[in-house]
Amino acid sequence: MANLKTSQKKTKAQSMGMHTEILTGKTQQKFFNPDEAENFFYWGTYDVDFNKRTELDVKDMDCKEANKKIDELMSEGYGTIVIKNPQGKHSLGVGILNKLNLIFEGSLGYFGVGSIDGPMVRVNGRVGWSCAENMMAGKVVIEKNAGSCFGAAIRGGDLICKGSVGARTGIDQKGGSIIIGGDAGAFTGFMMQRGRIVVLGDVGINLGDSMYDGTIYIGGKIGSFGSDAVEAPMTKNDIDWLNRKLKVAEMEENFDVSKMTKVVAGKKLWNYDALEPTEKKGAI
Amino acid sequence: MVKKKKNKKKNVKEVKGQLGKKKETAREKMIGQTIGYRYDVNLLPDYKKLTPFLKKYIEHMGWDDLNWLEDVHMGYEEDRPAVFDRNANGWVTIPKKIKLPDNQQDRDMIARELLVKFQMSPNHPLVDLKKAYRKF
Repeated sequence: MANLKTSQKKTKAQSMGMHTEILTGKTQQKFFNPDEAENFFYWGTYDVDFNKRTELDVKDMDCKEANKKIDELMSEGYGTIVIKNPQGKHSLGVGILNKLNLIFEGSLGYFGVGSIDGPMVRVNGRVGWSCAENMMAGKVVIEKNAGSCFGAAIRGGDLICKGSVGARTGIDQKGGSIIIGGDAGAFTGFMMQRGRIVVLGDVGINLGDSMYDGTIYIGGKIGSFGSDAVEAPMTKNDIDWLNRKLKVAEMEENFDVSKMTKVVAGKKLWNYDALEPTEKKGAI
Repeated sequence: MVKKKKNKKKNVKEVKGQLGKKKETAREKMIGQTIGYRYDVNLLPDYKKLTPFLKKYIEHMGWDDLNWLEDVHMGYEEDRPAVFDRNANGWVTIPKKIKLPDNQQDRDMIARELLVKFQMSPNHPLVDLKKAYRKF
């Protein structure tokens, strides 16, 4: 983003000799080929069939064995896998970069279904800390409650919890949608950068603290606003999107989304630029 | 006779948020750098504008909507329209021969379609990395 060519003249900063950094963008110099063939899966992933279903009992497996077994089943073309007896094991169902229908009959421990890119996951129980951390794409539905850091650093996809969640939900969120049917704890949307958080119930203190961008919709009471989080007016586009997304989240029952509170960044923290460190050095 | 003054209307269209065409703030002028985004990153997609390719992609993945593509927008890099590819961590430039529509909703749909095609292509830069470093 750092390529603004303002004029041929030296800027004030340059003439002061402070502007030593050459600002270049991150371009890869890659160009799209519009004639690229239609292909819906990443190189090296499997073309699975949702109608091909199997069950996997992980009672006597550790998480590494269980995850490897899921990968093997996908390589055999199974598109629906039901996991029996997850028994709160940590790090189950992580790193799946495939389309897949994954069902857990029970609860997950910490870091469940992290770093996934594509699958549709349903957990018929609860989840521990940091569920779906770094999720890239897909849909995850938790039928009961979730622990803290739900959807930490999520970048895309729909992450849904029908119950309540702990503190720091969507911390460092960079995209995607997190939808909570119940209440959420303190510091919801902490350091959020992009994406959307929807909470139908109440939220704790410091909502959206230090958020840089993104949108939060709250249906119930707000404990307090965090630093630089401000209320914004709801638009028709917001209402349409919320109505549609709540259907996707299986929560459409008679909830009046037009009465929700919309929270966005006040943008007072938008003062980072390449010159700032140089200026600070000068001040010291 | 009094000459009538001709009201010359400027035909220059200002494209919202496009590099070099928006009014820079004093701070931006001073530092020679744009602060913030040059397009609306929070714009929610208009599903009436879905392209046939995107409909097929959603159906193939078994999703109900655009899912992760809701956050993909047409941006700008080095004065040219481009899309940010999060997998390659870089901007991918749109070829000149593709004519872009005037509104952001239509432009975003094109960006989404091109990005999916690029990411799923065997020519994507991550394919070589995967071949070299994949563990399982």
